[in-house]
Amino acid sequence: MLRRKFLLGLLSLIASSACFAQLTIEISGAGANRLPIAVASFAGENKLPAAISEVIQFDLNRSGVFKLIDTAGVAAPEVPSPDFSQWRGRGADALVLGTVNSLADGRMEVRFRLFDTTKQSQLEGQAITFRTETARRTGHQIADIIYQRLTGLPGIFSTRIAYIERQGKRYRLMVDDSDGQNPQAALISGEPIISPAWSPDGSRIAYVSFEKKKPIVYVRPLGSSMPFVLANFKGSNSAPAWSPDGRKLAVTLTKDGLSQLYLLNADGSGLRRLTTSAGIDTEPVFSPDGASIYFTSDRGGSPQIYKIPAEGGNAQRVTFEGSYNVSPRISPDGKTLAYIARNNGMFQVTVQDLATQQTQILTDSAKDESPSFAPDGRTILYATEVGGRGVLATVSIDGRVRQRLSSAQVGDVREPAWGPLAK
Amino acid sequence: MKKTLLASVILSALLAACTTTPTEQAAPTTPTAGTATTTTPTTPAVTQAADTTKKANPWDALKDPNNILSKRSVYFDFDKYEVKLDYMPLVEAHAKFLKANGDAKVLVQGNADERGSSEYNLALGQKRANAVKQTLTTLGVKDSQIEAVSLGKEKPRATGHDEASWAENRRDDILYNGEY
Repeated sequence: MLRRKFLLGLLSLIASSACFAQLTIEISGAGANRLPIAVASFAGENKLPAAISEVIQFDLNRSGVFKLIDTAGVAAPEVPSPDFSQWRGRGADALVLGTVNSLADGRMEVRFRLFDTTKQSQLEGQAITFRTETARRTGHQIADIIYQRLTGLPGIFSTRIAYIERQGKRYRLMVDDSDGQNPQAALISGEPIISPAWSPDGSRIAYVSFEKKKPIVYVRPLGSSMPFVLANFKGSNSAPAWSPDGRKLAVTLTKDGLSQLYLLNADGSGLRRLTTSAGIDTEPVFSPDGASIYFTSDRGGSPQIYKIPAEGGNAQRVTFEGSYNVSPRISPDGKTLAYIARNNGMFQVTVQDLATQQTQILTDSAKDESPSFAPDGRTILYATEVGGRGVLATVSIDGRVRQRLSSAQVGDVREPAWGPLAK
Repeated sequence: MKKTLLASVILSALLAACTTTPTEQAAPTTPTAGTATTTTPTTPAVTQAADTTKKANPWDALKDPNNILSKRSVYFDFDKYEVKLDYMPLVEAHAKFLKANGDAKVLVQGNADERGSSEYNLALGQKRANAVKQTLTTLGVKDSQIEAVSLGKEKPRATGHDEASWAENRRDDILYNGEY
């Protein structure tokens, strides 16, 4: 019943945004004990390119924390004391009301209030000024405020994701809102692009391009400036990973033979070798405290995850189960390792509690790749394949809520990377 | 201009060579997506090249379909990273050419099948590229004449999802300067 309501809501969202060929989200599973919340249509929002209340509903819904109450057909102006009994009757524990007004200078203002319908009290009330074209962003911002007020945790709806979209022989490095509804091409190429990595401040993306018939690492500042070459040594250059302070990057180079880890400054200077093994060392990633680098190595015969001190030193093996464990990522609190494990020929998103070494497979798909933690550490974004097409999906770190972001247009989407919290 | 022409000539020669590649006939080597349009002009292109270059030019051998030097693909077994005996004559021929022509340079591009992570496959492709590079240097080719790189699983020649396609993509390609 509930799911049907969600579907209906989603269908209308999909219908209203279909012409933009954006990613759409499908939910396949839901957490228990979700907080029932009603977000009424905001008065005056129909003059905006995106209805703010719908952006908020979509965000709260996909968090898996809320159960959205149907508000269809309810005229609910933004007033200090709404008819709480009416909303209680509909099953809402929380209520959001809002109004959008045009300002004299051409900008817009949205006023919204968040109520606790049981205590019949206002929890939050704010006015935000914005430009018409940033209506979506404003919706995400309000969703973040509501989420934070009701859960005590920071909201991540204003964060962005990067991914690679391939259509025929065209590759695009895309930057998008984390709900997949605002895709912008940061780079277009006739050759593959892989491994986008956000700088910790969200201002730059490092990536690997094959435009010169070999892999070369570039950094693209978001904004006006052009990409610059970070690493182009003899052989292959790949797998960029930023240090948490944004001043250095670990990369994989083959200038001295097999793939090994190196460290360089963010301007490409100061190259230093980090690992010296007889096998492959690649896919480096810094721990959030900057003290360690986790990476994939086949030095023990099969690809497994290891870690070394960030300044180099002895490697310590981290994964032991199975014969193929790759693509390590560390949660923002440093406690959980996410990676791709091969189980009976299926490549699946897996997590390991770094303290107890307990592991859990989070998906039932067969071709998962590129896990990436949300900045709040509660969700993992990853690439997988459905019906022969590359799609993006998310899974909560307990494996209970899984969602799919699938592009409405033809083509493959892969190599996702979740950006940092908006500053 | 001449370089573009040469490159296209070599490309078509390469494509012609493609059809006689790997050990397992099961692997259809033709499905190089997007190359279908370039298959026809092979003969006229070769003639043009002969006009613009001297008859005795040793570089002609690289695109002569009857010469082993026109064969540029080295295939590998699953999870194996050494040059198989079947491909030694090919690699030896290129070593001989590189030693005789000091201005010749090669880009060895390693590839991997689609299974697993992009970056780890990039490293596996590099292992294959390094194997050919190692063999060439052992045969006396100067290190400065060879660059070994990987395309990982990003540029598959066969786009299927079966063992035949995977075998086709466990491969090194040898490209000479002017071809990349």
